[in-house]
Amino acid sequence: MSEQVLLQNRRPDRPATLEEYRASGGYEALAKVLGKAKPRDLTKMVLDSGLKGRGGAGFPTGRKWSFLREDAPHPRYVIPNTDEMEPGTFKDRILVGADPHQIIEGTILAGYANQAQRAVIFIRPSYELEAEILEGEFAKLREANLLGTDILGSGFDFDITLHRSAGRYICGEASAQVKAIQGERPRPDKESHMTDSGLWGRPTIVNNVETLACLPHILRHGAEWFKGLALTPGGDGTKLFGVSGMVNKPDCYETPMGTPLREIIFEHAGGMKGGREFKACLTGGASTKLLPAQHLDVAMDFESLAKIGHRLGTGAIIVFDQGACLVSACLNLLTFFARESCGWCTPCREGLPYMRHLLLRIELGDADEGCVKRLREMAHYIDHSYCAFAPGAAAPVLGLLEYFEDEVLEHISQGCCPYKGV
Amino acid sequence: MLPAKLKKTLKRDIKQSGHPREKAVDVMYAVQSHYGYLSDEGLAEAAELLGMSELELEELATFYDYIYRRPVGKYVLHVCDGVVCWMCHEGWECVGEEESIVTYLCARLGVEVGETTPDGLFTVLPSACIGYCENAPAMLVNGKPYGPLTPASLDEVLEELRNQPPEEMVVDR
Repeated sequence: MSEQVLLQNRRPDRPATLEEYRASGGYEALAKVLGKAKPRDLTKMVLDSGLKGRGGAGFPTGRKWSFLREDAPHPRYVIPNTDEMEPGTFKDRILVGADPHQIIEGTILAGYANQAQRAVIFIRPSYELEAEILEGEFAKLREANLLGTDILGSGFDFDITLHRSAGRYICGEASAQVKAIQGERPRPDKESHMTDSGLWGRPTIVNNVETLACLPHILRHGAEWFKGLALTPGGDGTKLFGVSGMVNKPDCYETPMGTPLREIIFEHAGGMKGGREFKACLTGGASTKLLPAQHLDVAMDFESLAKIGHRLGTGAIIVFDQGACLVSACLNLLTFFARESCGWCTPCREGLPYMRHLLLRIELGDADEGCVKRLREMAHYIDHSYCAFAPGAAAPVLGLLEYFEDEVLEHISQGCCPYKGV
Repeated sequence: MLPAKLKKTLKRDIKQSGHPREKAVDVMYAVQSHYGYLSDEGLAEAAELLGMSELELEELATFYDYIYRRPVGKYVLHVCDGVVCWMCHEGWECVGEEESIVTYLCARLGVEVGETTPDGLFTVLPSACIGYCENAPAMLVNGKPYGPLTPASLDEVLEELRNQPPEEMVVDR
């Protein structure tokens, strides 16, 4: 097994305790930098490490932080994003359940780097067990002077609270998440920049919890060490891959960034269930393109996938076997996305149900080639939506049409789903 | 009416937060837990506590999946119909090729998605992916995850819940 950084303290039955986390070097980074390093030094180190956001977009974390002006007003906020509501995505739950303090330390470090006063961890309702794990540790940390006022005598004050969501996919989007915390209807807001005007109109940094969990390690071991963890030159650190679907051992695996997709599926996840044949997978959750077997050797990092027109996304790999009807799978995905659309803009609100309708007609064998043409047009037009939700929803369909058009046309020529009754 | 003690606690929490609206979801959960669902009366009380109009709170209540504006059963079943649970149907052949865990469960309970069993025990609600993809197919019962489910284990869970003595009633947050 390759070096386990983020999951080094993972146990089969319970999260690592504060003592166990400290025994593995936890909170050393905090002691090393608080009151000793300049906040901007932290940003530089994170920038040098090449760390890219693990929430899906892969934007360089250090750059995101550097948008925060030196003279930005206070209070400032950090929002660790644990919403993770996309089908196939569960790595953040595993991470919180394995090593909650790693996330907390990363959050405090992000707070220090950006001179924030408070963090609000945003967590989805089906992760109530994880919410309780995190909340349970806050009191212990305040007692140990690792949270609250004058942390470790450094003069830095910082506290963390938890925000329980009532559950909608759009809340995972940073600006919608801010609205959700503010008790407003969550919808994306592209007019304001989070580092200028985020939570309560104040400068705010929203980072995925896996991103934050990397910070203690970067600050303890250095940017070069972190870069060296990756297998590919453009990569950074290790990555959590949640593998699900038709594999023998569905689970969350930590491997170096840039590990070949084939290795993750066929070695770590135990290969195809019952010896079935691989057909396709989604590489980064439900809002990425279906990827066929010809690309199985792609290195799993942001750049390598982008080069072949795909996305790493959250690293949630959903595996389909030859027996799966991909039209039907896309129909399921579009049903999810159409239901979860926040309804703010017309292309998404109206376009996704229409795409779903076209897929349903194809699946039922009640379509002609004109339907496929319209589906293709819609999957492209949907780019005109207000935020990235709708283009994400269209991504699996684009993969379907690019690589599996024969399968789509077979539905039409046979007048039914060729996979039914197989 | 909400009990005075609960009202006092909520008022204190709202005041301490510094931003009353930040507590909107927490207050809705608390009121929902008291009434069993977010009743009209509960919504009005919650809005007053938060200093929001009823319409503003209604906009939130109807947007979120885990706020129930209609009565629900003792056990709320969020059965995942995400793509992973949809494809992982090993052992479900007995329910027919068109079937899924959702349709199996509904058939077992004699309800449609969104409905409550006549005995008031179970409500099946539509659910997006619940984030237990490595344990597919999975469901949440009052927030507690179960999976990977087989027809037999699902039947077992239902039977166990049916036999829970009333004093052990689980209230959804």
